[in-house]
Amino acid sequence: MSIDTTTAGTAGEKQAAASQTVLPAPAAATSNVKIMRAAGIALLVIGLAAPFMAGNFLIFQLTMMLIYAIAILGLNILTGINGQFSLGHGAFYAVGAYTAAILMDQFGVGYLWTLPAAGMVCFIVGFLFGLPALRLEGVYLALATFALAVVTPQLFKLSPFEHWTSGVMGIVIAKPDAPFGLPLNPDQWLYFVTLAVGLLAYVCARNLVGSRTGRALMAVRDNPIAARSMGVNTALFKSLAFGVSALYTGVAGALGAIVVQYISPDSFHFALSVALVVGLVVGGVGWLPGALFGGAFIMFVPNIAEELSKGLSGAVYGVIMILMMYAVPTGLGGLLKAALGALSKRSMNR
Amino acid sequence: MELLAQQLITGIATGGIYACMALAVVMIYQAIHHLNFAQGEMAMFSTFIAWQMLAWGVPYWLVIPLTVAISFVGGVAIERLVIRPLGDAPVLSHIVVFIGLFAILNSLAGFIWDFTIKPFPSPFGEGSQLGGLISNHQIGMIAVTMTVLVMLFAFFQYTRVGLGMRAAAENPESARLVGIRVGWMIALGWGMAAAIGSIAGILIAPIVFLEPNMMLSILLYGFAGAVLGGLTSPTGAVFGGFMVGIIENLAGTYIPVIGGELKLPIALVLIVTVLVFKPTGLFGRTVVQRV
Repeated sequence: MSIDTTTAGTAGEKQAAASQTVLPAPAAATSNVKIMRAAGIALLVIGLAAPFMAGNFLIFQLTMMLIYAIAILGLNILTGINGQFSLGHGAFYAVGAYTAAILMDQFGVGYLWTLPAAGMVCFIVGFLFGLPALRLEGVYLALATFALAVVTPQLFKLSPFEHWTSGVMGIVIAKPDAPFGLPLNPDQWLYFVTLAVGLLAYVCARNLVGSRTGRALMAVRDNPIAARSMGVNTALFKSLAFGVSALYTGVAGALGAIVVQYISPDSFHFALSVALVVGLVVGGVGWLPGALFGGAFIMFVPNIAEELSKGLSGAVYGVIMILMMYAVPTGLGGLLKAALGALSKRSMNR
Repeated sequence: MELLAQQLITGIATGGIYACMALAVVMIYQAIHHLNFAQGEMAMFSTFIAWQMLAWGVPYWLVIPLTVAISFVGGVAIERLVIRPLGDAPVLSHIVVFIGLFAILNSLAGFIWDFTIKPFPSPFGEGSQLGGLISNHQIGMIAVTMTVLVMLFAFFQYTRVGLGMRAAAENPESARLVGIRVGWMIALGWGMAAAIGSIAGILIAPIVFLEPNMMLSILLYGFAGAVLGGLTSPTGAVFGGFMVGIIENLAGTYIPVIGGELKLPIALVLIVTVLVFKPTGLFGRTVVQRV
């Protein structure tokens, strides 16, 4: 398939990695796991402490970073684990955002309840879109999802949906306060909600990848014919991957709508789908923690570029994408793994 | 009746543009078996170059050949500098690079010429014929696209280079054995695709107005045309382009849900339907692949 096998596998699934690549010495592998685990805990501590040290705008930006990371995690399950490509995940993000906004605006549903609802709606939409996508591979799938991404803003402007979506006007959402009298301002509270959802999403994704289902998904990616002859229902697992991936991105979209407090069809331009793909590639295709780096990249790099000059962020994206494809097609994840591999090799030689 | 006739003419006129974009996409697809997602942005960039020359006071009859020539060189340069080094990289890498090109051209145009919407003068002037049924610009669009298509047909049918390009796309190994420089034929294909795209851009700019995002929807219709006609058939792509133009205008007029403004979902429906039910398109051939 299109993604080479060396990109597979987090540090957690040594088995999968070991069977594919040259066997690393067990001692080195465990030391790598230790390094990764320590890094993870350090990140979590920073993540928990950050909102008490940052200003409200920075908290908002960090929240958006986490939201993008959840969306990229979803895309990674589809592309990195299952080997299907999507240029149209902005559409699922939009569906999630609209589900949450409409539920809150028209039905007065509590904001936390909109997250599972958005996830379910997106799972169904993604699963259904995955059905025709079954017959499409590589280029064709990219084309179909490209069309989906380009059409998304217009779909939400169509008159039959206008009653729900308010058309071009968009929907305004009130910012929720922290419950139980917690001494947090709304920005801090939403940050923690997002962090909790993100952690849950990451743990679920890791368990999914490590499970029987995850192995089936990877088998479909690496060799669909062999997978089928081993009794894997390729059609079901491909649609399922689309559904789960859309679920993640939809939950991210719902969180995004709540945090930004406003959505309109033009918030979901093709550029959003491009940004998600950029985040996936930068973080590393097939490496789940890469989503966090991808999210940070698409949140902060455009801001820095825009400060230099308006219109430069797209160029920066483009140049980085092309250069990465030449130099490090495995993204930051690949770089990190290569660095750790070199480190442990050196320590073994000593 | 007059509404129908008017919509048909509009459909054929814009269909010609889609046919050009579809042809450009198919030319590159045949050469490297990848869809160029940056095709529309290349055309948009060419159109901005034409606009800049017009703003400098260069006469229109000189602007068009100059733009086509610059676009040709630009297309060859992109192939040589960006696409060729990729070689046989996986599909994902190609798509990412195309999206990268897309982002670069799009924001570079906005960086140089601003994101504001600019009017673009028609090379054929204002006014209309047959009592307002068809505008001068539409006549010009149909005439120019027809001329381009006939010239391309003759080029691929009767010239040595054209036949060489077809041979290189059809069977690179054998073509190389009979002395065709396959690598340069692919570069030539990129140059020609960019040149065709620039003509499409200049012709559509007076209608959709000039701005960095103007070609995104045009490219989608072009893709729809290419898929409808079959990605392996240039003739099919041209036919598909015209079909999409006509379908788009008739559906926009007669299906109330869609309306005149929001016709883009038609392209999505067309692409998904064709890909699911007849992935080879109307004129394409089935590619048998050895496992």
